[in-house]
Amino acid sequence: MKLDTLAEDVGEWLRGTGPESDIVMSSRVRLARNVAHYPFVSRMSDQDRGDVERFLRERIAASAVGSQLDYIDVGRLEEIDRQFLVERQLISREHADAQGARGVAIDDREQVSLMINEEDHLRIQCMHSGLDLRGAWEQIKGVDDQIGRVVPYAFHPRWGYLTACPTNVGTGIRVSVMLHLPALVITRQIDKVFRSLHKISLAVRGLYGEGSQAMGDFYQISNQTTLGKTEEELIEQVGDVVPVLIDYERRAREFLVRETQQNVHDQVSRAYGILRTAQTITAEETMQLLSRVRMGVLLGLIGDVKIADINSLLVRTQPAHLQKIRGVELDTKDRNIERARYLRRHFEGGTPQN
Amino acid sequence: MQCQQCDKQAVFHITELETGEVRELHLCEDHARIYLNQSEAAQEAEEKPTGGGLTGPLAVGQTADELALLDKKACPMCGITFFEFRNQGRLGCPHDYVHFEKELEPLIANIHGGTQHTGRRPERTATPPAEPLPEGTDELTRVIGLRRSMQEAIACEAYERAREDRDTIRGIEDTWLVGPRSEARPPKADGATDET
Repeated sequence: MKLDTLAEDVGEWLRGTGPESDIVMSSRVRLARNVAHYPFVSRMSDQDRGDVERFLRERIAASAVGSQLDYIDVGRLEEIDRQFLVERQLISREHADAQGARGVAIDDREQVSLMINEEDHLRIQCMHSGLDLRGAWEQIKGVDDQIGRVVPYAFHPRWGYLTACPTNVGTGIRVSVMLHLPALVITRQIDKVFRSLHKISLAVRGLYGEGSQAMGDFYQISNQTTLGKTEEELIEQVGDVVPVLIDYERRAREFLVRETQQNVHDQVSRAYGILRTAQTITAEETMQLLSRVRMGVLLGLIGDVKIADINSLLVRTQPAHLQKIRGVELDTKDRNIERARYLRRHFEGGTPQN
Repeated sequence: MQCQQCDKQAVFHITELETGEVRELHLCEDHARIYLNQSEAAQEAEEKPTGGGLTGPLAVGQTADELALLDKKACPMCGITFFEFRNQGRLGCPHDYVHFEKELEPLIANIHGGTQHTGRRPERTATPPAEPLPEGTDELTRVIGLRRSMQEAIACEAYERAREDRDTIRGIEDTWLVGPRSEARPPKADGATDET
């Protein structure tokens, strides 16, 4: 099955390529769209839900982008497979946990994903590695145009694209950039940075979107408003602030090396040590330690690990991935043991340590 | 000085004195209006909390009676009442933006700072025999109400009315929705076959 072959790769957001990829993990643009002739998702009957799922699935397949997409019937997936898609950022947690007919169409590079029957009938997402909002926007615009030719998007001349929640109305766009900011966390500057972002009406979220806690020093910055400005202006709003954050993080990293070299080296080495020797470890702790090691590698404090490997471990040590790779279902306790074993094996397989 | 909420110049400089705390605000005209409306509404609403993050600015200038009446107002297409929307924070169908336009306007202005879409617009193309869908889709959204009416008619065994509704729905859908995969395509007038 397609899902199992996906597990062998890391997906777009952890590819670790693209501009500024030492700090910017990925750039994402999503568009919220609804069809005009059915109620919004929260008010649909089961019949409506099935009809909209079929309507959109068929129209997307018949569109010019249809041949590049694979469709997954999320409503029929086991929980572990839904979780797997969440970990790869191809569907949202809400979409995974929802009930009834729903699905997702994805391309084989895992850059494009179209969720059917999430909060809106259609959520189009496009994700690129590193800092590449422009590229993601150009790509999603093309997909949106092609689908818009065969799907009657609900639209109002004044309010723009009509969405289930008024917070998305207008452009329906959410522009987000995922950043790895460990040095700002260590130097306790992160809260200050976030307060200033809120002032310019940008939102900060954790790794897995809405309501999620920041894990492993990964943060998503995104626009909060969607009406009254053009898509380009909203992309600029987010895009303009990213170089500033990159600069802050770089300066904080330089400061750490300059002023507290020994401490940082110690922290990073301990993190690396735990990852290589632990016998049982949670997903959260793994994420936190991998984050520190990732910074250590970028600062030249750890020599024998590649960034691409760390990125790959970030997703492969997630619960559903771990179970998919192992090929069996495991409870939390066994997962923690398996995760530690997986990490040990991974690091042993690299260059042997003294 | 710049407005604390946007890039415009601040023309209102407000000093709030709240239980010994002094708070200074510098706002442009638009944000000052929103802010002042909100604080008035907050004072009025103090005795009658409405709950939910989306509800605050809706209470502007409305009495409890007016609010109660507004809560009962229902969308003729999907049937959602304003009360239900206020509780769930989710609208029922695209027509709600038309039916509740007056009520939603201050709320949307408060969230986004703007009330006019300036971004991309759908490019409508038609696949004959369908006509190109107008930019605004409210006419097509009518089928949501018609479907509801048809279900009600079936439930009370008014089959004649149900049939009429069904035919109207088909008429509307046939006008705009015939897409690339529709089976209902009539034979071409020039005698050409569909096989290429």
